[in-house]
This record gives sequence, structure tokens and C-alpha cells, in this order.
Amino acid sequence: MTTTLKEIDAVVIGVGWTGSILARELTKAGLNVVGLERGPKRTSREDYTIPRIRDDLRFAWRDELFQDTQLETVSLRHSPSDTALPIRRLGSFLPGTGVGGAGTHWAGITWRLLPSDHELRSHLTQRYGKDAIPGEMTIADYPVSYAELEPFYDHFEKIAGISGKAGNLRGKSVEGGNVFEGPRENEYPNPPLAPTMAGELTERAAKTLGYHPFPGPAANASEPYTNPEGVTLGACQYCGHCERFGCEANAKGTPDVCILPVLLADNRFELRTHAYVKELVYDRAARKVTAVRYVDTRSGEEYEQPAGIIILGAYVFNNVLLMLTSGIGEPYDFRTGKGVVGKNYCYQVTGNSVTAFFADKEINPFMQAGSSGIYVDDFNGDNFDHAGLGFFGGAWIRGSGAGGRPITGRPVPPGTPRWGRQWKQATATWYNHAVSITGSCCNYAHRENFLDLDPTYKDALGRPLIRMTYNFRENDLKCAAYIGEVLARIGRAMNPTILSAPAVRRGNYNVVPYQSTHNTGGTMMGADPKSSVVNRYLQAWDADNLFVMGASVFPQNASYNPTGLVGALAYWSARAITTSYLKSPGPLVHA
Amino acid sequence: MADDAIPRRRFLAGAGAAGTAVATALAPTIAAQAEPAPAKAAAVETATSAEPPPEPLLTLTAAEHAFIVAAIDVLIPADELSPSASECGVATFIDRQLAGAWGNGAHLYRQGPFLKGPPELGYQLALSPREFFRAGIAAANEWSRKTYGKDFDRLPEQDRETALHALEENKATFAGFSSAMFFNALLTITMEGFFSDPIYGGNRNLAGWKMVGYPGLPATYREHIKTYFGKKYDQPPQSIADFS
Repeated sequence: MTTTLKEIDAVVIGVGWTGSILARELTKAGLNVVGLERGPKRTSREDYTIPRIRDDLRFAWRDELFQDTQLETVSLRHSPSDTALPIRRLGSFLPGTGVGGAGTHWAGITWRLLPSDHELRSHLTQRYGKDAIPGEMTIADYPVSYAELEPFYDHFEKIAGISGKAGNLRGKSVEGGNVFEGPRENEYPNPPLAPTMAGELTERAAKTLGYHPFPGPAANASEPYTNPEGVTLGACQYCGHCERFGCEANAKGTPDVCILPVLLADNRFELRTHAYVKELVYDRAARKVTAVRYVDTRSGEEYEQPAGIIILGAYVFNNVLLMLTSGIGEPYDFRTGKGVVGKNYCYQVTGNSVTAFFADKEINPFMQAGSSGIYVDDFNGDNFDHAGLGFFGGAWIRGSGAGGRPITGRPVPPGTPRWGRQWKQATATWYNHAVSITGSCCNYAHRENFLDLDPTYKDALGRPLIRMTYNFRENDLKCAAYIGEVLARIGRAMNPTILSAPAVRRGNYNVVPYQSTHNTGGTMMGADPKSSVVNRYLQAWDADNLFVMGASVFPQNASYNPTGLVGALAYWSARAITTSYLKSPGPLVHA
Repeated sequence: MADDAIPRRRFLAGAGAAGTAVATALAPTIAAQAEPAPAKAAAVETATSAEPPPEPLLTLTAAEHAFIVAAIDVLIPADELSPSASECGVATFIDRQLAGAWGNGAHLYRQGPFLKGPPELGYQLALSPREFFRAGIAAANEWSRKTYGKDFDRLPEQDRETALHALEENKATFAGFSSAMFFNALLTITMEGFFSDPIYGGNRNLAGWKMVGYPGLPATYREHIKTYFGKKYDQPPQSIADFS
């Protein structure tokens, strides 16, 4: 039995960053909006308080804030000829659940893409020739340029209270910022985070080598700050419990802190928690989604919520799952290259690092914010010449204190046993003396990396799991190896007592160790319906009242963590909906 | 209060023999409430005594407990840096973890079919962590009997160390899963117990945190990040109980 509810102006699926942003912008435009969130509501005041939030076991290793894999997960195979098996326990990535989504437990590193990342295929073709891009590398341009998106990047940074230092103000290079970034209209809303010893050592070494170090863009407010919504963020306490945790200081830019206080106070918005969306009701002839079906997980009862506008703001995997199970858009076929839903699934190639040990330096790695440290962008994107290198793209590089919370990180020099007396000795000796330099590489789309429906395994609602066909490809492994050498160079320039050999990503994609919760693609945006799922305003080509949010719309992943772009695109899409779509509902781009 | 953990242990120690139904039924929180406030001197004495009082087990059998104690004390032996893992409560931690939600499969996708896959696809067994440890300990003892003629916990220290190396390096043959897989799970949960907040039973007297110099709570370093820049942080560690 399904209970049909009264039609509402707009429904938002998932109340994380994008759901909160869209719900806020649509209610501001006068619409009545329902937010459907599969998880519970948590708040800083109630859930992220001292002492309970300072619990590495509960939050970081017993998955307190993450998607419950007892109910739903995804399966993986490394190639189309393998049998996929379910990821039974989270490891490599950690999607969130509950109000705030993964935006609650992120670390806060908030990038913009480089202008050249926005037009990747055109840029590489122009610089390296029309045959330079391998046939299996299915990269594409973003259908929105850096210049067009700049005001929206800027707005999201103001909403989330980003701390940092501009390196390019209206085309003028600013020393000490990221001189490779695209032109910014404004400085960051907050000054950079407090310096750390690890950052200082990294900065000095990078400068010696002629690189351009800068403090990272952080959604960890360096000062108390009031955002354009009138919400005040507290100042960061450098507690070392950022990623995988909620923030008791209200200093981390999260939906809960930055938007929900005003959204929840607006009676045009209704939040329904424990509302697990099962299906989009698709009218193929009318090219509309007429309603959303969801299950109340407290009672098992099923509801149908009709709505004029549907905002699909779940995590990447559920966005793709809902499109595929609802029959919207043509599923991707890797054999022919035809179809679009599930295409260009990408990730981030992390795990490239060196660790530098300093006998005479106190690092205090437990005192830092999620985005603390000093960053280097000289080897990112196309900031360096790729002629003859055999790969495209690069990595953002970061030097920060290694370890901190001791279940999670206890660096020891290479050759140390994993247990016993020598392990104790080395752990006690080096815990406070290690700096880690990491490089997070881009992940460019590959013809055989994609998402579809698993033929065997099901979720708690009886739907197929998303099946990921994914592996690191030649471009990824070559890029990682190259970046590993850069990291070693920086490490040597730090002149440490001991330097580990570079660890670089190699071999098959492994779901066990944590790598990055930056899964992207599957509902990519693009210039035409043959090669993309949504248009430049994130409107579905096949249903004009359906707007798909989040990193699932990325054609490929630049090396940068996605949230800055996710937030910017959400505001960009919201503006198109409120200024154009509401006046004249229909396709915003004509194919 | 800082002393809460101590009276709880004293109460549980007096509640009955390990593994009895009575002891199992006593949730730690109820036990803590039931215990009258002890004299400060007694608490200090307990906290510093080398032999911590035994704690009743929630799920481990006596034989499993003996294996765990023997194994984790090789992984983290007593020396000048800290007491041994079991002296720090890590066996209690493991018992409680296996008895609780995580041990019984919380956040673990358990729908079949259960197929063998490459290690990069992660855990693929039908067993909950509790069941996995039951099977793993049984297999380790069986291998120990075959190799050394007795259970693992009866081996002299040198042989225990050799035996654990054999498990780690997959030189022992287990039915169903590799000895290395069991060893890695044991090493992981031991480290979790040694370094987690003491509310879970391990890291007793903050021995793990003291060993490395991790200060624990409250971790509000807005001023300290400036004043301790490049300097050793010299505040004694505190845990959740100190703020409860």
C-alpha cells in the first residue's frame, strides 16, 4: 500500500550540501519544499559535543556517521570480465547518511578547479594536438567555464566560511597564495589557518625548489565568521577530529552549521527524516518526473510524494541508482560507447606520500584542522608541461603533521616491525616527529570505468546494488609514479633525519584502505543529450523538471576534492531554476 | 569523573566468576551506578597496581580469553614504555567489542552469495567479527597443537612470538581463511584497544596515549597551536571520563 501525499512545489532527495542549498534557494524564491533524508537528524548541540565527539573508535573506526552497509552498499569488479562482489565493509570511501550527509564529516579542503580543468578535452587537444588524448580516455569539457562559475564558487566559499589566501586576484598574481588558480573576484572570506611546524617545514622546502607553496583553502573557520545567510560559525579549535567527525565548535563549514539553521526555521520547508527514496515516478511521454516514492524506515510504510520540481541530491551512487532503476536516460554500454547513465565514473588517485622524520622537531600532529598544512600546486592539472610524459593531469600536494589520533595514525620509520618491542620503541620515539607529504592525483575517465546495476546483490529495499566496474588505468599509475618523485624531492629538501621511500598507488584498486570519498560521475553534465545525462544547468535531458546535483555530474575528476565545485554548481543550477525555469518550465537548453 | 573507570572494574571483579550469567547481565553503566564512591586512596592503589583485577567476560570463553591475552601480550609486551596489552585492558576491550554491535555484524553487508574474491575486494566471509574470531582462535590453537603439541597460551614466550610470525606470514594453514587474515584482524583490534578512549575497556590509565605523548581531550588548541609551535606539548592526557 502506497499513500499518495498532496503535491508540493519541489522535493529535494537527500539533505546534504546540495539538498540544503537547493531547498534554501527554492524556498527563498517562494516555493514550498519537502526535504527527504534517509538518515536521522543530528546537531552540533546534541551530537557533536565534548566529550563524546572526541572518540576515534566510535566515529572513525565504527562508522558512526557513515552510510550503513548493512542496508546498502555497492559492488566492485576490476574489469567487465570479472564477477563483482559487494563491498561488505566501508574502507576506501565513506559516504555519509543523515541530515548534512557527508558534508558533516568531511575535512573541509575546498578547491576550485583550474580554468583548464573546466575545458579539459579542448585544452589538451589545443596544447598537445588532436591525437594526444588516448581513445579509451573518455574525458570531456565541463559545459560551464571557470569564468561563468566564478561568482558561484565565490558564493559557496562565503557560505562555508572558507579560510585561505588568494593567489590570483582579478588576474593579478599574489605571492603566498596559489598563483596557479583562476582569477578570483574576492579574497577568501577568512584568513588562512594558523601555521603548523609541518607546514613551515614544507613551505621552506618547496620554496628552496622554486615551487609556490600556499596555505590550503579550508572550510575550517580561522576566525569567528558570519556568512551571507546570517549564520555565525565559531573559530576552529585545531582539535584534530575533523574528517569522520562532526564539529563541536561549529567552525567546520557544514550544511548543519551554514544553511540548515535558516532553512529549518522557514515554514516553507519541511524536513522528513528516515525517508528513504526508492524510486522516481517517471512519465516518459511528458518527459517529467511526477513524484518520488519513499519508505519511512521507522514504519516500513511507503509514500508517494508528487512534486513540480525534483532535486536529486543523494550521493553519487544513489543518484545513478535512482536514474537507472527509474528508467531515466539511456544506460551506458562500454562496448559501444553509447548511452550515458553510469558513464565516466571516476575517483581520486590518492595514497601517494612520503613521510619525513625529524629527531629535533616537535610536530604536535594532534593539533591541526582537517585542512591544515601547506600546499603546492606546481604539479597539478596542466600547470606543468606534459609533453613526453605519457600521462595527463597531476596532483595537489600537501605537507602536514603525520598521524595525530593514535588509532588512526602512528608513523614509524621504514623497516619498523608492525608489533613487539621494537614497534613500541619506534612508535614512542617518532610519534611527535613526523611530517607527511601527500599527493592526490586526478582521475580521468576511462571507457571501461563505469557504473551499472549488479545482477546478483540487492539492497535493503530489494533494489540491485550499484555495480562499479573500476580500476586504476595507465594514466593514473604513471601520474602517481611521477608525483611520487616530486614528493621525494620535497622530502629531501626538508633535510629530515629519516625519509621514507615514496609510496605510490600501484596495482589494482583496493577497497580496504581509506583513499578518498570523492567518487564522481555517472550522471555527467555535457553539451548534448547523446553524451551526457544533464545539461549545463544540471537539468536532466530526459526530464525537464529533474535536476541532478553533486559530483555525479562531473565528466571526470580533476585532482581537486570536489566539494567546492559541487557547491558552486548547486548555486549555479539554483539560479537557473529560480530565474529561468520557474518563469517558463521546460528545457533550459535545447538539444 | 576521572575515577569512574576504577570503581566500575572493582565492582565487576566482585560480581562473580568470569563468564557467569550474572556477570554477563550486568551492563557496565548499571554497575558504575550501583557502586558507592570509593575512598580516593583505594582508587589510586588500584590504578597503579601491576595486577589489574580480573574482569568478567561478556562473550569470550575462558579458552578464547587465554589465547587473546597470550597473543596480545606478545604484540604489545610490557616494558619501560607501558604495561602489556592485557594489563592495559585490551583483552577486556576485545571481549566487549566482540560482544557488542560491531562484533555482531553492524555496518557489515551480509547478503549472499558469499564468494571468494581477490584481497582487493575486501572481506567476503559470511562470519560476523565475533564468529570470525571464534573460528580464528580455534584454528590458531589447532595449528599450535599440531606444531608445538599444546595450545598457544601454553607455549613459552619465544615460541609464541615465532608462532605469531608464522600466522602473520601465512605459514600456518587454517581452514576457510588465511592465518594472515586472522592475524591482521587481531593486530588491528589490539591496536584499537591500546589506543582508543578507556571507556571501551582498553588503554587503561591512558597507557597507550602516554606512551606516544597523545594528550587526548579536550583538544581545544586554538591558543596552544601558537604557544606550543615547535615545542613539546607537556599537558598530561585526559579522556572522556574526565569530562563526564
